[in-house]
Amino acid sequence: MITLTEQAFDAGAALGAFSSGRTESGAVASFLGLARGEAGRRVALELEAWPEFSGPEIEKIAQEAARRFHLHDVEVIHRLGQIAPGEPIVLVMTAAAHRREAFEACDFLMDYLKSRAPLWKKEHGPTGARWVEPTARDLADAERWDG
Amino acid sequence: MKVLLFGRLRDLAGWRESEVTPAPATLAELRRVIGERWPELAEALAGPGVQAAVNRALVRGDAPLSASAEVAFMPPMSGG
Repeated sequence: MITLTEQAFDAGAALGAFSSGRTESGAVASFLGLARGEAGRRVALELEAWPEFSGPEIEKIAQEAARRFHLHDVEVIHRLGQIAPGEPIVLVMTAAAHRREAFEACDFLMDYLKSRAPLWKKEHGPTGARWVEPTARDLADAERWDG
Repeated sequence: MKVLLFGRLRDLAGWRESEVTPAPATLAELRRVIGERWPELAEALAGPGVQAAVNRALVRGDAPLSASAEVAFMPPMSGG
């Protein structure tokens, strides 16, 4: 399930709900990304999406993760709009029979979200704002899974 | 033809959605027309990593366009 939301979300509650009632998944892994304050240089992050396109594209990424890592289930929650330092931006959760697949699927999902999901990130500082583009490291991280 | 812009392209243009008429027949022609009408976008649209989606499907290179197409230009994606 993919959720794009302007509202702050409770990562603990989401993980609890995702884990509950599983009798065949031996492993649930998760990654929670938080907005960094950069020692006062960043007042807020702003995440822009094209909901009619971004949702389905992220769903494709999640389905690819499920196929590659034999997941029993996968869920992505991504914030949109203004996000204050310390607030969760993204939560990915994976359920699999064993831990390795669950861990690796989280890694894959985050690498793809960083540079291949239709989302755009703007950094608001004390003196102005700038659009953030994926770094060479972000691009290389996603390419690890190609081919 | 409906044109959508996102991220820094939207900021540069000052709009998110616009109608382009008459509708250009190809994506390359649409890029040229946009560059003429909004010169501030010409360089940015040709920039590295800018992707186009036609009717919500990513397109590489040139593509034919119908008059009712919805074309989005997207700067490098950066989520997470």
